[in-house]
Formats: sequence, structure tokens, C-alpha cells
Amino acid sequence: MRLPPQDPDAPVRAQELSKRYGDVQAVDSIDLRVEPSDVYGFLGPNGAGKTTALRMLLGLIRPTAGSATLFGRDPLIHGARALEGVAGFVEAPRFYPYLTGRKNLELVAALDGGGSAERIDSALDVVELRDRARHKVGGYSHGMKQRLGIAGALLRNPRLMLLDEPATGLDPAGMRDMRQLIRRLAEAGMTVLLSSHQLAEVEELCNRVGIIRSGRIVFEGSLQDLRAGSGTGYRLRTTDDARALAICQSRPDVEEAHAAGDGLRLRAGTQAAAALSIALAQADIGITALIPETATLEDLFFRLTEGDGAGPTLTGEPGGGPGAGDQDRGEVPVGGPPRQEQPV
Amino acid sequence: MSAAAGPAALPRPAQVPAPPRRLPGTWTVYRWEVRKLRSQKRAYLGLGIAILIPLLFVLALTLRHGPGPDVAFGHYVRQSGLAIPLVLLIFGSVWLFPLISALVAGDIVASEDHNGTLKTILTRSVDRGRIFGAKALVAASYTFLALLVMGLVGVAAGGLKSGLHPLTTLSGSRVSVGRGFVLMGAAALVYMIPMLAVTSIALMLSTVTRNSAASIVGTLMISLVLQLITILPGLGGARPYLLPEQFNAWQGLLRIPIDWGPIGHAAWVCALYAVPSLVAAYLVFLRRDVAGG
Repeated sequence: MRLPPQDPDAPVRAQELSKRYGDVQAVDSIDLRVEPSDVYGFLGPNGAGKTTALRMLLGLIRPTAGSATLFGRDPLIHGARALEGVAGFVEAPRFYPYLTGRKNLELVAALDGGGSAERIDSALDVVELRDRARHKVGGYSHGMKQRLGIAGALLRNPRLMLLDEPATGLDPAGMRDMRQLIRRLAEAGMTVLLSSHQLAEVEELCNRVGIIRSGRIVFEGSLQDLRAGSGTGYRLRTTDDARALAICQSRPDVEEAHAAGDGLRLRAGTQAAAALSIALAQADIGITALIPETATLEDLFFRLTEGDGAGPTLTGEPGGGPGAGDQDRGEVPVGGPPRQEQPV
Repeated sequence: MSAAAGPAALPRPAQVPAPPRRLPGTWTVYRWEVRKLRSQKRAYLGLGIAILIPLLFVLALTLRHGPGPDVAFGHYVRQSGLAIPLVLLIFGSVWLFPLISALVAGDIVASEDHNGTLKTILTRSVDRGRIFGAKALVAASYTFLALLVMGLVGVAAGGLKSGLHPLTTLSGSRVSVGRGFVLMGAAALVYMIPMLAVTSIALMLSTVTRNSAASIVGTLMISLVLQLITILPGLGGARPYLLPEQFNAWQGLLRIPIDWGPIGHAAWVCALYAVPSLVAAYLVFLRRDVAGG
């Protein structure tokens, strides 16, 4: 599969990016591409390499191999210039606890060149921290620090925002507010790279995702493609499930079939499902229900990030879209086989 | 973010890259490093020590009669208050000034690393080299400030105790109070030469170990070990090249005519300690992975 020519000045582009710590391969030759106005979800279990990858993007960590560019500029080559138009934080945002919230923002504004100092009040208004700006950050709650981190990022008037699990540690209201804020950032035209393991958050906010597992990208593409590539699942109820299962298992166009609860679960394409219904009718087996089931992001996430990696494949973006970010790899392997109790 | 009034509107990001602008310079970072230092207790702890020691010294002189300590200028502390800061320079070289210097220089990078704020400043529009340069300058400035504070308090307390009278030099001649002040200022500047070497070592430890306590204690240990070597028998040949010896170079200014030999010697010997430490710290800071916080 050939992918279209890539924009070298894409907001985020990583090629063969790797990081090794001694014997541990934290990030293993990953390719990422975030397009303008994407809200890109960077998904993976704890320890999968998300934060290490983000740190490399921001120039905080030197890659062992490969390269990362932000709007075409490599932090290792262009230094602070590579971060022009880029803001965000990795892990929790950190500030000086002995300075007030406002002083902290004045500090980072000064380190941005001073021009952003005039935006401090509006940034504090956006995150609704203006009333507490005179208090020392040491007394802030976790959520307030997260919001101050966002305010600090907004000072840069960024075109690209990198957020590493911004909702971590927040209470439900704080998580909701953070999602609303990210949605507003996206609506304002900002490109957002959101690292998270909050699947609902990613499903709600993101148009594209990259899923990392043990330092390797196992899927990159749109959520739609992720679901499409997983195959369609069906729940089947018949008048004779035992015989129906035997027929399903005998048909090569049914990828998988097993008994589950009060019926059968199977994975098959639309045409295969239609052919199966005819075959069942011809065998005098009545179909009481044939219900298509779409896998949730959570199902897909677990399929991709658990197991031994020898399972089926998911197509990133058919037709040469930005699926895998790798021109020689149109299809990417996914994790182990589907779990028994999940929709297929 | 859930106030009834609702959050303010977000600024719309620029759709095209902003034109290249000047990145903040070392001076900008320096000013903010100073502001940060002013907000930290450890800065006042060091300065507090620099104030307290001269006061304690003068108090001890007041309570105890007889001649002053048996060191250069020790016999003149009851004749002129100007001698008191000079005696303190001699005593301070053993651990006092290395400790005060290390309190800030040993912490200035390590604490940022420990608190995770290094990533905050490294993801703004300042190059790492400038941040390091500003931190090194602040550490040196603080050391000088502590020296200055101790000198001023020493002169004030000494003046109250013994009066500000002409100072007897190491050559035995007396110089006027005005000239005595000039010589004291010059002595402080020369004293800064080995102090800068100590500061550089502390900064290097702070950068490499990423641990404030280890850096402060390490700096003191190095200082004390070097002191120990100067008194070990059989190592006399090494003495002129040891850092503690350079703390006496300023005494050349208090001779008539001025003896510049020890000062020049101290300059290059201290450079042997300071330059490799600074270069190592700089390179580590430039290339380090900021993986914590």
C-alpha cells in the first residue's frame, strides 16, 4: 500500500524514533504523524512508552535513533526554535511551589520572550484560576496545577498542544472540565496531541489515534478505520445453536465463531453473514436474532495492547491514508485474539 | 473550570508560524533565577550564616580578653575593626564559604531536576546553554553577595568593637582607613577566585548527581579532603596546587609592595579546578535526558 506524500512540516512527525535505556527498549522505532487540526489520541498502557515518546518530541530526551520534528523542526537541531508554536506538558505540569501562580506564569512568559506576558490574565480566565493567581502554587490542588499547566501552555498561543494524560488525578468534575477545555482548544483550531489511557476521553475527543504497546506503534489511523479494520462482529441466536455453530465453523468465510452466553458470537464480513443466514435456513435452522456488534474502543485497545502480538491485523487507513505512517507497512499487526466474552 | 459565568474565550491560534523572534537571552533568565532565589529559604540561610558569624566572632572577642587569634591579622583585631573581616576570610575558607556557596550552587540545578521544573523551563523558548549560563552566574553572584555581606557586617561589628583605625599590613606598615577599605575590597575580589572554583565544583555536582544534598555535602567533603591533604606529611609538594592554599592569595595585597605572585598563581590553579568542572557540568546539562518529574 502506498501512502500519499507526507508533509514535512506536519505539526508532529516522528520517524523510526527509538529510545533505549540499557537493556530496556522504551520506544522502538515508532512512526507518528499528526496532521494540522487533528485531535490525536496517543494511547497505550502504563509503561508502553507514551511519555518517553512525548519527551523526545519536546527535546527533553535524546532519541537513541530516528528523528522527531515539530512543524518540520527537530528540537535536537533547532533547540528552542523547534518549540515555536508548540506548548504543553509531559506527565504533571510542574511549577515553582514557592512562587504564586501568576509569578510562575510571568516566569514562563519571560522565558518565552516576554511577549506572552500580556496574555496572562486571559489565560488565567480560560482556566478559571484568576482568583487564586495570587496564591503560592505549593498550596494548589492537583487539578489547579493541571489547569495552571494549561494556562502556561496557552501563553505561547500555540498551534500545537501536547498534553500528557491531562485528566490524571482529577475528580470527575475536573475530568469533565478538562475534556471541555480540550474540545474548545480543538474548536479554536489548535492541533492537539493527547496522550491518555482514558479511553472514553479519547473516543470522545480524538479523530485519530496512535496505539503504542511495549514501545511499538501497533495502530495509527482514524478511529473509524480502527473499528473497520477490526472486522464486524455478530451475535447470533437460532433455534438450534449447536448445529448452527457447526455450520459457522465449517464455513471458510466466517472468521471465528464460538458459543457465548445465550447464543453464538461470530466474526464475519457482511456478505459472509448474508450467506450464512441462507445456509442456516437451508439447514432448517431458524434465525431468531442476528445482531451486528461494533467493537468499542476499549475492546480494540485491549486486543491491540494485550496478548502476544500474533493475532490478526488491523488496517490503518485503507486506500493509502495515513494509517500506519510507514509506506512499507500498510497493515499493522495487532495484539492477541479477541477475548472470549467480548463482542467479536 | 465550572464556574457559572463560564470560562473566557480561547484565543484562536495563529494559522501560520509567527515570524522568528529573538529568543530570551541569558540576562532574562538570570533575572528570573535571582527572583526564584529570593523566594527560597536556603538563600537566606546562607546569608544568615554570613551575618551571624562576624557577630559571633566579635561577641567572642568582647567576652574574651587577651590577644586575638594566632593567624594573619589576628593580633590586630583589637586595634582596628578593619582586621576583623580579614581574619574571617582566613577562618571562612575551611568550611564556611564552601558551605554557603554550595547551599545555592549545589542546589540550583539538582532541585529543578528533583522538582520537575527543569522540563517546565526547557520547553519554553530558551536554549539550554543560556539557562545553564544564567544558573552559573547566579551561583557566582550569590557567593559574592555572601562574601560582601560578611565583609560589611564584619566591618560594622568590628568598627563598633575596635573602631575604624588604620590597618597594619603584613609588612608591618600601617595604611589609612580609606586605603584599608580599598585593600579589603580587592582582597574580597581575589578571595572570589578560589570561591568561584568551589562554586563550579558544586554546580558540577548539582548537575551530575541531580541531588541537592549530595551536591552540598559533596562540595564540603571535597573542600575538607583538600584541606586534609595540605596538612598530610609527605605531600608538601602538592600544596601549592591545592585549592585551600589559594584562599590565602589575597594576603599578597596586604603587603607593601603588593605581592602579585600568589594572586597570579591562584588564578591559574583555580582555573584548573573550575574550568573542567564548568565544562563537564555544561556538557552534561546540554545533553542530559530530562526524564524525571
